[in-house]
Amino acid sequence: MSEKIEKVSIIISRGSLDGIYPGLIMANGARMEGIEATLFFTFFGLHGIINKKMDKIKIATVGNPAMCVPSAMGPGLPTWMGAIPGMSWFATSMMKKEMEKLDIPPVREFIEMISDAGCEIYACKATVDMFHLTKDDFCPQVNGIISVGEFYEKSAGAQIIFT
Amino acid sequence: METIDFIGRKLELDADGHLKNFNDWDKEVAQEFAKLEGINELTERHWIVIEYMRKEFKENGDAPSIRKLTKESGVDTKELYALFPKGPAKKAAKIAGLPKPKGCI
Repeated sequence: MSEKIEKVSIIISRGSLDGIYPGLIMANGARMEGIEATLFFTFFGLHGIINKKMDKIKIATVGNPAMCVPSAMGPGLPTWMGAIPGMSWFATSMMKKEMEKLDIPPVREFIEMISDAGCEIYACKATVDMFHLTKDDFCPQVNGIISVGEFYEKSAGAQIIFT
Repeated sequence: METIDFIGRKLELDADGHLKNFNDWDKEVAQEFAKLEGINELTERHWIVIEYMRKEFKENGDAPSIRKLTKESGVDTKELYALFPKGPAKKAAKIAGLPKPKGCI
């Protein structure tokens, strides 16, 4: 049998609902299996840990050719319709309902759960500087703002996963 | 499939090393599984989790998600990870005599 994975470092780089959740699910799943995990948020992925943004994460209905209505196996949503006001809100609320059924928590609760599970959470310094953010803009579970060099140091011995 | 000798009893295990038959389980079996998992003593808090998991499994056919478990059993996430270090979902399920949980959350 191959060697067991002992540690993962997961990077979340996108700020849409489908950009943020996969990384959160993987980090939480790692901790559930007894695997050490670190989460690193960069670029728009930072929205998942910014206090004022994290409760308003949405699905992109524009530029998303896989967007189907009324469910995943329905016909594709014509691109121009995705731009109708309220479409993103609607698609997001539909998906959140489905997620709740599967017991997938909202972003804020998920971050708390992952942090309590012993996963460390970091924000990318380059993006924080670029967006003119400070530590106070983030939810309390964020362990720090670190450079890419520090990220690699913390990831020693880990599998790095970019999402 | 494997059969093991536990405290003078023969117990059938599944491919993951979990108890095959729900009804083979009792508190003694739980203690033995706990020892195998590196938990030497099951405290009152462990039992809350174990008994909640067995109840859920009986009702729904699968172990509860960690979210549901922590919300309904009164044992929070931090404590759960402290009680069952290195993989609470799988360990607690094993000790509770349940198959490996199927869910992702």
